[in-house]
Amino acid sequence: MGTRDDDSDRSRKSVGASAPAGGSAPAAGPAPEGSRRRIDHMPGAGSARADAINAGRHEMLTDTLRKQILSLAERGVKRPRIGADAVCEALLAQGVDVFFGFPGGVLLPLYDVLGDYPELRHILVRHEQGAAHAADGYARACGKVGVCLGTSGPGATNLVTGIGNAMLDSIPMVAITGNVVSSLLGKDAFQEIDITGITLPCTKHNYLVSDPNEIPRVFAEAFHIAATGRPGPVHIDITKDALMGACTAEHPTTLDLPGFKPKFEGHFRQIKLAAGEIARAERPVILAGHGILISDATAELLELAEKAQIPVVHTLLGIGAMDERHPLSLGFVGMHGWKHANKVIQSADLLIALGMRFDDRVTGHVPTFAPYARIIHVDIDPAEIGKNVAVEIPIVGDVKRVLRALLPQIQAVAPEQRAAYLGQIAEWRAESEKTPWHGSGAWRNGQLSADFVVAAIGEASGHDATIVADVGQNQMWTARYAGFRRPNSHISSGGLGTMGYGLPAAMGAAVGRPDKETWAIVGDGGLQMTAQELMTLVQDNIPVKVALLDNRKLGMIRQWQELVYSGNYHSSNLLGPDWLKLAEAYGVAGFRASTPEEVEIAIAAARAVNGPALVHFEIAEQQNVFPMMPAGKGLSDLLEEQFEEPKQ
Amino acid sequence: MSPTGQNPGQPPSQLASQDAPAHTAPAHTAPPARALPGHGEAHRHVLVAIVLNKPGVLNRVASLMRARNFNIETLAVSHTDQPEVSRMTITLRGDDVLVEQAAKQLYRLIDVLKVQDVTGDPIVEHEIALVKVRADERNRGEVLTIAEMYKAKVVDMAAESLIVQATGTEAEVDALISLLRGFGIKELVRSGTVVMSRGAGSIEEATKR
Repeated sequence: MGTRDDDSDRSRKSVGASAPAGGSAPAAGPAPEGSRRRIDHMPGAGSARADAINAGRHEMLTDTLRKQILSLAERGVKRPRIGADAVCEALLAQGVDVFFGFPGGVLLPLYDVLGDYPELRHILVRHEQGAAHAADGYARACGKVGVCLGTSGPGATNLVTGIGNAMLDSIPMVAITGNVVSSLLGKDAFQEIDITGITLPCTKHNYLVSDPNEIPRVFAEAFHIAATGRPGPVHIDITKDALMGACTAEHPTTLDLPGFKPKFEGHFRQIKLAAGEIARAERPVILAGHGILISDATAELLELAEKAQIPVVHTLLGIGAMDERHPLSLGFVGMHGWKHANKVIQSADLLIALGMRFDDRVTGHVPTFAPYARIIHVDIDPAEIGKNVAVEIPIVGDVKRVLRALLPQIQAVAPEQRAAYLGQIAEWRAESEKTPWHGSGAWRNGQLSADFVVAAIGEASGHDATIVADVGQNQMWTARYAGFRRPNSHISSGGLGTMGYGLPAAMGAAVGRPDKETWAIVGDGGLQMTAQELMTLVQDNIPVKVALLDNRKLGMIRQWQELVYSGNYHSSNLLGPDWLKLAEAYGVAGFRASTPEEVEIAIAAARAVNGPALVHFEIAEQQNVFPMMPAGKGLSDLLEEQFEEPKQ
Repeated sequence: MSPTGQNPGQPPSQLASQDAPAHTAPAHTAPPARALPGHGEAHRHVLVAIVLNKPGVLNRVASLMRARNFNIETLAVSHTDQPEVSRMTITLRGDDVLVEQAAKQLYRLIDVLKVQDVTGDPIVEHEIALVKVRADERNRGEVLTIAEMYKAKVVDMAAESLIVQATGTEAEVDALISLLRGFGIKELVRSGTVVMSRGAGSIEEATKR
């Protein structure tokens, strides 16, 4: 959805804004067609689908309607209802339309009945890690709970990386595993592992179900927990006998979770204090995190920023919370963030941190972080308050509702009143953006530069595509240069930093937002971890465009070895396959670009393919990501490139 | 600004950031370092957690404390008068912020209903210890005297040993054990502290349904 669509969307939503959550979802009117760039080769393009997705997202956030479920008899299926049926019904009841999985011995009872539920689209991945990342990418792209499925033992352990990734980035996900029959639990049976023991520290909650009649309740609880408050992954382990056993239990309409009561409304006194701080501040800055996107608070963020003329910087996962073209939007902060954005944090007298958790990649050395600032910290998770950074005004609550309560208490500030401050920022920004690494032109030491490629992809896709990064240099280049204008268009493994995330997550994102073009920008290291999912793209015709930034290196490792380990390049040289042959072997359209002229052509060719495509960009082998905050240092200690004037 | 304002080990030159705006901080004044939460003076805290009596809940609590690097000193778990509810008493060392963080992390567990830091509250605090002490007819009398002084009971007696059952606060039990150590302790078991708030109020009240 383009920016203008967002505006109209916002005005629609604000009609029902004052109604307490839990009320009915506001009816979504038709989105204006004129401003949207139609991508004709994308299935499902058009506003109806987009609105359906938004309605689903709203439903999830307000946790209301349960779908009607057809019984087996209504489906014309003549057999007793078993646990596996209850699983399928529960998924449908929660509005699940697609999930990612891989079968195995103990899951066969479930796969045996899946055919009776044609509304459930099952996507067969090539490795369970791909299923978990795809569910994660799906959830990030469209806001609904992502679902993945793996069998007992190795299937379950293969999901764990993806579950951990979703945990650290607060992604709503339900991961389902099968387990051995309950009489064999604890007997070291074939493909048995204590998977609930393994996922316990990396899930929001987990369940072991050995009674088929528990399945409806557990699924209802799991989806509620995954999506409510601070989202996170919930794992359900189901024994084979529970999947096979007769199930008579109905799906619950109420939940009994006395230990799960997230606090949504911020305390009025704290909000009043925050308003006072904002009124007094001369150099305020908003640090917008992932919470803005999760709670759908982009409109409120924009209103606050504009009303009080407060510049906005983002965390890595907060990218997209504000259109990057807005004059108050300064880009992302942290280890590889924009220098001017980091400078604003370091000089601010008030830091308004919204829906973020002061990750060490954001703060650097905490004692020197935002040294002049008093801090307002809004987060829905009370445990995030004061965990990493001591703050002056903590507000526990859903950031959207807190901002709604805060906005009427904010005095409007005219841009002229902040002229000196905003002028200084503009100066810093101009300086930071004109430094050579930004849009440095095509050539760097005679080779293609990554920033040029990433910027070209952003440009070609109209800054409206869902762009999924892998981890490493490609992730930082994507965050810096692709240019994000729409919420949830930037998808990145922030907390866990999972190499191999990009391709499978893009697969999920493309399924979650079929109305949007989807790019995976990956390095040659990460792609070699999960390249097998190219086959899934082909089998299920998922039109992900893979931009492979190939520097034949583990680029970020090489960068650290160059800058921190005095050039001791151990194990950072990386052989790769002939990528075009690999793409061909998988049946994926492949293109190569080694010169700037070829970049645009290759991107256009990939976009024209009706289905998945891979573009092999042969980029400079030694390009670094700058600026860079060395480990243990603060935001004022950025390393910058020793740049030599390009040879004419 | 951070509450402590302490800044050990930070070279002043680094603090005079060139980014500092002139009107908020002249170049010659350095801002105080931001305090790191949880690095204050550590002392003993007692947490009471009311949890759902579900399989694995002890594992969840113990796993969380280990994963988040909180060091449990004692942990006592038991049923309450409500069959679906259990009660844990946890003692740990740390500054107030660290212990508050531990409590907030415990709250994130779905099976945890309530966590309260009762350190400094008016509470009854007890633990029980069984101490098997080396004692024969020559020095048995001395052990009995010490036990009596500490209101401990002798619950088993054999020719060369006896078992002292002591109750009291952690400090009282510590004191008795240090006196008994001279005789030779063959075996020692402690239950961990349990506490209850004085007066009519009930920690469990809020969890009753």
